[in-house]
Parts: sequence; C-alpha cells; structure tokens
Amino acid sequence: MNPAASSPLAASLLAAPLPVSGIAWLDEARREHRAAFAAGGLPGARVEAWKYTALRGLAQRRFSAGDGVAATRAVDAAAFALPGMEGPRLVFVNGVFRADLSSLVALPDGLSLQPLSQALRNDAEPLRFALSRPALVGQVHAASDAFVQVNAANAADGVVLKVAAHAQIAAPVQLVFVGAAADAELAWHARNLVELAEGASLTLVEHHLGHGEQAQLATLVGDVVLHEGAQLHQVVLQNAAADTNLVRRSGLRLHARAQMQLHVLELGGALVRHDLQAELAGDGAQLHTRGVFMPHGRQHIDTQLAIRHQALDTASTSHWRGVANDRARGVFRGAIVVAPGADGSDANLSNKNLLLSPNAEIDTKPELEIYADEVQAAHGATVGQLDERSLFYLRSRGIPLAEARALLTAAFCRAVLDDLPNAALREHLSGLLIAQLPA
Amino acid sequence: MLKIENLHARVAGREILKGLSLEVNAGEVHAIMGPNGAGKSTLGNVLSGRDGYEVTAGTVSYNGVDLLTMAPEARAAAGVFLAFQYPVEIPGVNNTYFLRAALNAQRKARGEKELVREKLKVMQISDELLHRAVNEGFSGGEKKRNEIFQMAVLEPQLAILDETDSGLDIDALKQVAQGVNTLRSPERAFLMITHYQRLLDYVVPDFVHVLANGRIVESGDKSLALKLEEHGYAGLGAGAAA
Repeated sequence: MNPAASSPLAASLLAAPLPVSGIAWLDEARREHRAAFAAGGLPGARVEAWKYTALRGLAQRRFSAGDGVAATRAVDAAAFALPGMEGPRLVFVNGVFRADLSSLVALPDGLSLQPLSQALRNDAEPLRFALSRPALVGQVHAASDAFVQVNAANAADGVVLKVAAHAQIAAPVQLVFVGAAADAELAWHARNLVELAEGASLTLVEHHLGHGEQAQLATLVGDVVLHEGAQLHQVVLQNAAADTNLVRRSGLRLHARAQMQLHVLELGGALVRHDLQAELAGDGAQLHTRGVFMPHGRQHIDTQLAIRHQALDTASTSHWRGVANDRARGVFRGAIVVAPGADGSDANLSNKNLLLSPNAEIDTKPELEIYADEVQAAHGATVGQLDERSLFYLRSRGIPLAEARALLTAAFCRAVLDDLPNAALREHLSGLLIAQLPA
Repeated sequence: MLKIENLHARVAGREILKGLSLEVNAGEVHAIMGPNGAGKSTLGNVLSGRDGYEVTAGTVSYNGVDLLTMAPEARAAAGVFLAFQYPVEIPGVNNTYFLRAALNAQRKARGEKELVREKLKVMQISDELLHRAVNEGFSGGEKKRNEIFQMAVLEPQLAILDETDSGLDIDALKQVAQGVNTLRSPERAFLMITHYQRLLDYVVPDFVHVLANGRIVESGDKSLALKLEEHGYAGLGAGAAA
C-alpha cells in the first residue's frame, strides 16, 4: 500500500526523475526525501494544518517534471522591474537559473550570491548540513509537510546568499521567480538559503510572477539564518499567474539581537500556501512581520505563521490583513509560542480581515501559548465589512459609493506598508494593492 | 432654495419627524433649536441622505428637484453639505487626498473639469491637519474645524451644521463661527442645528425655529433665541405641538 501514489498529483510527483548531482550525499538525501514523501503522501482533510486548505482539487491534477527549455525560454524582463532595484538580481524561470536575466556583476564587498546549482558545482560541502534535511529551520512533520519533502527531493536550483560579518549591503538584492507557460503543465521547485553573519545587514526583495497563463505547481523552501546583531529587511511580492499553485515554506532563525522586518504581499496564484516558521533563538532577537493577502475570483490564499520565542527579551509583532472578494478564500493562522525560559518576551499579533463579497470567506485563527514569565502578549483577529459610517461620510462629501469603497479598502490594505522604509518600493506596492481591488 | 413640506420620518420604526415644514432661501441663515430628542439631528441626516432614515410622508424640494430620491453623493454634488455632529475618523486616508477626491468627484458630477494638484494647493490653507489621516486622533475642536474647512473648500449652496457648536470651548467656537461668517453670501444658505443659543452670539441668524416633538412649533427672528435662553423650551409652542 502506497498512500502517496493514490492521487494523480502524488503519482505524477513520484514519477518525476530525481535530479542527479553526482554528489553522493546529496543524491542519497534526495532519495530519502522522495521515500519519505512516498510513505507519507499528501496531507488529507484530517491533518489540522491543512484543515482550511483542501487539496482535493489539486490532488486530481498531474504536473510534468521540469522545463527542458527553461534556460532559453523568452521572458519579459520588464515584468520584474521594480523601482529602486538597481542592485544584484538572481532570476529563475520555472526553477532554472537564468544568467542572461540576472545581474551578478560587481557584487558589493561582503555579499556572496549565487544560484544553488552553481554553488553545488563549486563547493557542495558547506551546503551538506542544510540540504541533508528537508528544511534547516523549524520542524518538519511527515503528515503536513509533504511539499517540503517534495521540494527537498526535487529542487536542483535556488539561491545561496551569504553576507559576511559586519558587511552593510546598501543595494537591495532582488530574487525573481518566474513561472512561464510551457508545453506541458509543470511542477518546479526552488531551494533558498540565506545567511547573514554577525552584524551584517541586507535588504532582500523576493518577487514571484508569471509569464503567460498555464497551470503550474511550484514549491519553494527557504531558510534564513541571522547571526548575532544581523539585520534583514525582506519584502515578498507574490504576484504569480492566476493558474499557479504555489507552496512556500520559510524558516527563520534569529540569533541574539538579530532583527528582521518582513513585508509580504500575497496577490496572485490559484492555490497559494505559505508556511512561515520563525525561531527567536537568541536573547533580544526581534521579528516584525507585516502582510496582506487579497484573494479574488476563486483564489485560495493560506498563510500559516508560527513564531517561537525561545530566548530572553525577544520581541515579535505580526500585523496581517486579508481582503477577500468574489468567491475567494483566505486562511490565516498565527501561532505564537513563548517557550519556557523566554522570560521578558513581548509578542503582538493581529489579523484584520475584510469581506467584499457575500460569497468570500476568510478563516482566521490566532493562537497563543505562553510558558515563560513576565511576558507581554496580545493577539486578536477580526472579520468584517467596510464601516458604514465611514462610507456615508465620504459619500456626503460627494465621493461616489464605488470610489468610497475602493478608498476605504485601499487604506485598509496599505496599513501593512506604513513602516516599509523604501519609499519608491512602498509606493509601487501600494499601487499594486490598489490595482488588485475591484474597480 | 429648500422647501420642506409636512416631512415625516422614522428611525428604527419610530416616528421622529412628524410633519415638519420649513422654507429656506438663498442668502439666509436659519437656526433650528430644540430640546434633546426633538428630531434636530434626524432632520440633518434625512436631508443629507443617510441610510436608516425612512421618510413616510412629505416632500423636500431643493432648487426645484426632489432631494429625497438623490444619493448622498449626488446631493453633495448639487451643493448640499452636512457638517457632522460626530465627524468620522478614517485611518489611512490622507485629509488632503480626501478633499481633492471629494472636490473632483463633485466637479466631475457637475460636468466641470477636474482640478489639478497645483490649483488645489493654492486654495488650501496651510494646516498641519491636512497631512494627517481624516480626523484620526483629532481633538473634538479639531474635528469640528475640519468640518468647516471642508465646507470652505467644497463651497456648498446649502450648508447644514449639525450641532457643530457642541463640545467646543469658546475659542474653538469663535473659530468655527468665523469660518461660517466668512462663507455667508447672497447665494448660500445655512441651516444651523443647535441646542444652545451660544453659537448665535457669533453667527447671527435671520430666522430662528423651535423644533419640538418632530415639527417646527415656533419661528421668529434672533430674539426668539434669546427668549429660549431665558425661559427654556418648556411652554414654547405648546399649542402647535399638541
């Protein structure tokens, strides 16, 4: 009995030839990850972590492995141009690194940036620890992390980024993942590793987009490790094509006094799932996440946040907003654990949601577990409609109803961008939010 | 300009206005006074088109058209302005942006050209409040001043002030009154709804009406307000209210 092979999706994923690196430990690890997926299969309806994201529909689909011509497929570079992004850039098309679209010349001192495929050819040994396991940071559960195992078995490329101790990298680094329509409906995978050494700082912009319309399944697994006093600002712009199924998992580990600021915009895709597991592992570490998910049409966007405070005086703030229209569905789970010994920690999580249509749905679930002393924690979630009093106020000044609705909805979403430091990028992202709203 | 005849209106199934009639001409300032629960705010809300107010009888004609069938934004474009008793805070919407959107929406509805940013700048008073979100974190006085400022920018024909004087200290009251007096003109009419005579020391009305139990029970000139101040609402217009 092979539970995994019981669906067309799992069967097609298991039928994909594993990438061959010629590196014994890596090829062995990939076979093990494949075997783990074969044994565990896709998460069923009774797995708690997938309760609100049913895979029934997706499980009936089949995806082919890899894009043989990804290296030469024409892609419009203007589509991933972002204001204020003149720095280094790595571009992947259907999971394959594209040197011709990337910008890796004259990297600033202290920044090491290369595609995983190249890093493995150059010197695979430093990657052995990370790639021997399905994910570096956080927990991987056989029952719920099937896509992480699939990624670990199949990802042949991705990003390897390191910043040397005390290096302050001024220019933002852009990571671009393009899903491009191909001859067949594709599954592709990318594995990213980001590490900032002591006192280093960096701004990272991760951009997901589509080129042409065609069903795809993409998995991305990324780990971020911030050593003592390192500072990372990461912006994720998820604007995948409408028929893309995108499953991402991010692991964040913050050592002492490390600080991370994360801004996430979830706009595109068909079925989108993002698991974010963060460990505040060192004293005084701080994580500040802001995000907005805006499913419309029949989109399904699911964000699962799990933040563990594991050390003294750690702080996390998480402010997420959801806006669902048409027949779309949003899911948000924000789980905060303050572990024994993480005394003096401060955790604040909020998720506010707007339903713009009677057929839209948002399921939100804040969770808080505290096992330490002198902890300040607050969490809350709301789901509602636009405030009638505000609408009338705007209309009484002459602003038509549709415009008043758009104005209030845009203001609601934009709140997550308020503390994004890069003004040009903030304005651009704000424009994308507004463009996503019903006219 | 405004002709209200035998207006009956309900809120949540309860009749509040019970046959109110009133005529306002261009250039006039009318004060509507009355005790709590008389229907003062209901009148303002019905005239500006707020949801939840059901008109069961009577007519409201504004410049010859039926005001009651118009959407709130259409009334605004036609020149009706309500200064709110409780201005709404709108986080995330910049005051300047809001005013520009309102002004241009009205101009567009009237078939006029939209104003460009530079032109608007000239008309806008330099004010730190402009750069903040609409009414967010404003004090009571700042909110009321903002209402008057919006009125100045939007230049309505008929301005309805719903208890704009309530909750203001004397300095804020003078500022608001000065704003209103500056805007008085032969083309513009004001309907000032107020509980106290105090505002009328600074904005001298042409007419004063007493609203009690859903209808106008007495009308007069500014001396009526002084009489009210002296004797209170009790006993006034008793015959009409019965």
